[in-house]
Amino acid sequence: MSKVLMKGNEAMALAAIKAGCEAFYGYPITPQNELPEYLSKHMPLYNRVFVQAESEIAAINMVYGAAGAGARVLTSSSSPGIALKQEGISYMAGSELPGVIINVMRGGPGLGGIQPSQADYKQITRGGGNGDYYLYSLAPETLQEAVDLIKESFDIADYFRNPVMIAVDGLIGQMMEPVDLDREVPKWDLKPKTWIADGNTKNRKKNVINSLYLDPQDLEDHNMKLKEKYDEMRANHQRYEFINMENAEIVIIAYGSVSRIARSAIEILSEKGIKCGILRPITIFPYPKKAFSKLPLTVKNLLVVEMSTGQMLDDVIISNERGLPISFFGRVGGIVPEVEEIVEKVLEIVGGEKHE
Amino acid sequence: MISEKVIIAGFGGQGVMLMGQLLSYTATAKDLNTLWFPSYGPETRGGTANCSITISESNVNSPVISTPDSIIIMNKPSLDKFQPKLKSGGHLFLNTSLVKDVVLREDVNVHNVDANDIAIELGNLKVANMVMLGAYLEVTKVFDAESVLKVLKKKFTGSKASLIEINKEALEAGKKAVL
Repeated sequence: MSKVLMKGNEAMALAAIKAGCEAFYGYPITPQNELPEYLSKHMPLYNRVFVQAESEIAAINMVYGAAGAGARVLTSSSSPGIALKQEGISYMAGSELPGVIINVMRGGPGLGGIQPSQADYKQITRGGGNGDYYLYSLAPETLQEAVDLIKESFDIADYFRNPVMIAVDGLIGQMMEPVDLDREVPKWDLKPKTWIADGNTKNRKKNVINSLYLDPQDLEDHNMKLKEKYDEMRANHQRYEFINMENAEIVIIAYGSVSRIARSAIEILSEKGIKCGILRPITIFPYPKKAFSKLPLTVKNLLVVEMSTGQMLDDVIISNERGLPISFFGRVGGIVPEVEEIVEKVLEIVGGEKHE
Repeated sequence: MISEKVIIAGFGGQGVMLMGQLLSYTATAKDLNTLWFPSYGPETRGGTANCSITISESNVNSPVISTPDSIIIMNKPSLDKFQPKLKSGGHLFLNTSLVKDVVLREDVNVHNVDANDIAIELGNLKVANMVMLGAYLEVTKVFDAESVLKVLKKKFTGSKASLIEINKEALEAGKKAVL
């Protein structure tokens, strides 16, 4: 199929339909409203479920119920709404329920603003709800990548029996780009869902969907079982991209829209004689720690650029096994960093233009 | 090789977003890379609105445009905001029906278009945006007006089909305004 020009939120909605999403539960919030709007029109056409719930908390608990009944299920929101869903997300992880959550991030804290942000990084990667759990979290930089990852994310959620978070900033939700909705994406090896609460018509052993374990030993066993999943994510499912890394003297670490701005910056830097690479995390949990051991030995400096005051920065500090000097540049409040600002910051670190 | 970065700015309700989307739809129809990004407040009408459009044969990287090749200015606040950002030697399209201010930049090409007056003469103020777009296409040659009209015909179906003729006239009138 040829490419169609679509708004990010609508393309992400259609990607979920293409992935076989059977049910959506959500509550409106800017800047992700076109996503449920699109699904409200299109899900019924496919004979699937769309519910605008009475609140975010209701929506995430409907997701819990639908996932427990075996449905491929989606919810979406933006930062303050995702904050409200945290309890339900923790319960889903505790009850090992798959589901996809799209967070189109806006500025915070509190109500914040409606412009793009990446300030939910820690909430997403450290778990905003209670208990020892993580979400497999993907951070696409283009609409095409968002579409491809969302299509795959339902498989990933089913495979791990764990919620998957799609972390995009408001830019990706609001922008329009040509996308191919029918591109092949990796298929995961999925087992039949024998654990679901589907009415038990065949008189099998009772299935219980629950996150309550009053016996400490049972709960410890359960936590260790969950940990195995997170360890497998860390060991085998880190994703990242190296851009222009050969002989790089400095590396920008950025994800989502910011990595695209960094791509423009390194073109300008190249004209100024600066070899600047980009490490672009695609999974923010598991964090692509492995990438840091593969950085070329020519790299002398790291620069983290985010639309936050420095949240991914902590993961870079943890992963920086070579002990390279780390600098940071961030814009917040809905302000998107400009290409020239990043160029200037890199020049400041490497000590100016190089003409030989 | 096509590589165009344009910012279109005005009041909400002036059709600023549609102008930009038409450019991106036309680019997509021609199999070019393109990115459209809107910026506006929570208001439905009024307030200021702008969109950034990149059209390129290579990949589009930064979604935000810091130095546009062209700017299309529909009202006064937009002139103040975007005039300083325009690339030296770039094109500034000014809706002189609403903006009476003098452009301060001397290193850019200014194209004055009485877009609202022309649109009223055509019989519908709402096509002022298409008048500006006609002028923009004539000067920059990014696309011919015919390609844009083809996209418009696909978008304006049913009850909106009757609006194609006046949009065509508006594009034509915009072109004449800068000849």
